[in-house]
Amino acid sequence: MAKTRVPAIEGWLTMDEDNPQLLGYLDESSGTYFFPKDVSISHAPGHADAELKEVALSNRGKLWSYTTNHYKPPEPAISKDPFEPYTVAAVELNDERMVVLGQLADGVSADDIEVGMEMQLVLSTLYEDDEHEYMVWKWKPAEAN
Amino acid sequence: MSKNDVAILGAGMHEWGKWGRNFAEYGVAAIKEAMADAGLEWNQVDFVVGGDTVRNGYPGYVAGATFAKAMGWTGIPIASCYAACATGAQAIDIARTRILAGMADCVVVVGADTTPKGFLAPNKGERGFDPDWLRFRLLGATNPTYFGLWAQRRMDLYGATEKDFAHVKVKNSRHGISNPKARFKKLYTEEDVLGSPYVSQPLRLFDICATSDGGAALVITSMDFAKKHGVANPVRISGVSTISPTFPQTVIDMPDFTTDSAAGMPAPDRSFRDSIAYAAYEEAGLGPEDMDLAEVYDLSSALELDWYENIGLCKPGEAEGLLRDGSTEIGGRIPVNPSGGLGCFGEAVPAQAIAQVCELAWQLRGQAGERQVEGAKAGITANQGLFGHGSSVLCTR
Repeated sequence: MAKTRVPAIEGWLTMDEDNPQLLGYLDESSGTYFFPKDVSISHAPGHADAELKEVALSNRGKLWSYTTNHYKPPEPAISKDPFEPYTVAAVELNDERMVVLGQLADGVSADDIEVGMEMQLVLSTLYEDDEHEYMVWKWKPAEAN
Repeated sequence: MSKNDVAILGAGMHEWGKWGRNFAEYGVAAIKEAMADAGLEWNQVDFVVGGDTVRNGYPGYVAGATFAKAMGWTGIPIASCYAACATGAQAIDIARTRILAGMADCVVVVGADTTPKGFLAPNKGERGFDPDWLRFRLLGATNPTYFGLWAQRRMDLYGATEKDFAHVKVKNSRHGISNPKARFKKLYTEEDVLGSPYVSQPLRLFDICATSDGGAALVITSMDFAKKHGVANPVRISGVSTISPTFPQTVIDMPDFTTDSAAGMPAPDRSFRDSIAYAAYEEAGLGPEDMDLAEVYDLSSALELDWYENIGLCKPGEAEGLLRDGSTEIGGRIPVNPSGGLGCFGEAVPAQAIAQVCELAWQLRGQAGERQVEGAKAGITANQGLFGHGSSVLCTR
């Protein structure tokens, strides 16, 4: 039986396989977005009383930078066994004008990307147990719309 | 002389290394050296500020008390503070604020650390509420990950090369080789650096600073106290910056998953890192053109190049030129990291920003030996601590 896919962290992302999105807040009074939802107030100065609306963030943006890690990170990081180098990408979301970190998707290498390139969000398994796959977001070069 | 000046009468450091001894031992050695340097006795000290370490249990959280007790309780008021890598600057600021308020005359500022091997990691346990824990869990985003992102960005934006990064390490190794307090007293070649394995590509093992044990201390006094003590022309602290970012902060920073969003409110004219030294210059009424040397936080060799621009030594994109033409080498126009920097020391978190100021004190007194910057009259330190802590100290003589 197929395992159920659940977010590795509750409330941070949708489980829409084709069009996954990160879940953040919008403070309409300042026009500012927030991710992750760490504290339930707007961090825009002077807007602490603003109402926050939960919104799904745009899942495309431009590559700001990237780096490939060649050493196994310490716990609580989860690494492939045996360890394989992995790339962390920083992508500036088009609409929200915020840079979001994420690992590069499986099957994509740092050789395939360059700063300024259009990227899109995908779901990927971070770890699994007998019943569940725990999903996290990753970045890959964008496919044409 | 500015109205906010205070005097540095003593500077002391325990050598940096990796011994795993009690951190208080390193701090006490630094205090004793700074007191002897100042020609003062412990019972003349009327305030102590300890920079906390979060890796050495409870005594590390109350560093002011730990060091006051170690030196012998004298009933004086104490303070402890923590601001990650910027802890030292905050401790210095607490000391001088107390002095400028007329509530203390002779203050000891001290920080010391004993660090574990390998990558710095978050606190243990399931900590789903802690962004520092989550960035490791969800992204595998170690500290060097952020250094690598900044370095790759420099390459794409300004044409920096891995050879430039190696050059920074080589330069700093030439500076630090004669520094008795440095941990790595070894000359590196570009081949050494470029032959070391990648950690966070494009950065290699020798591009990234190690974590070290070490301790540093300063004796800071009012200008009046210095005069009465017979020091007519002490090294002065003329500006201290402990600023935080202005919203929206648009450069990705440890330990965050995201930057702030700039969709609603415009980004400030100066980035956070650009504004750190600027605040110290502004307080001192001086500018980058008045500086004879700088000590900046080379957590990675590439980051040193960012700092050249952040502290105003050149425009964005010009740092590689400054490095390549020798301007930032001892003997050049504006030597950077004459101490050898973190490349020669490794980082002992709560001691490091204090150690940067120790180097300024020795340089401005002309006591830096083989690494002396000739005729140095003014210098600045710059550094940034996790979670938005600016750190910059400007000294003059």
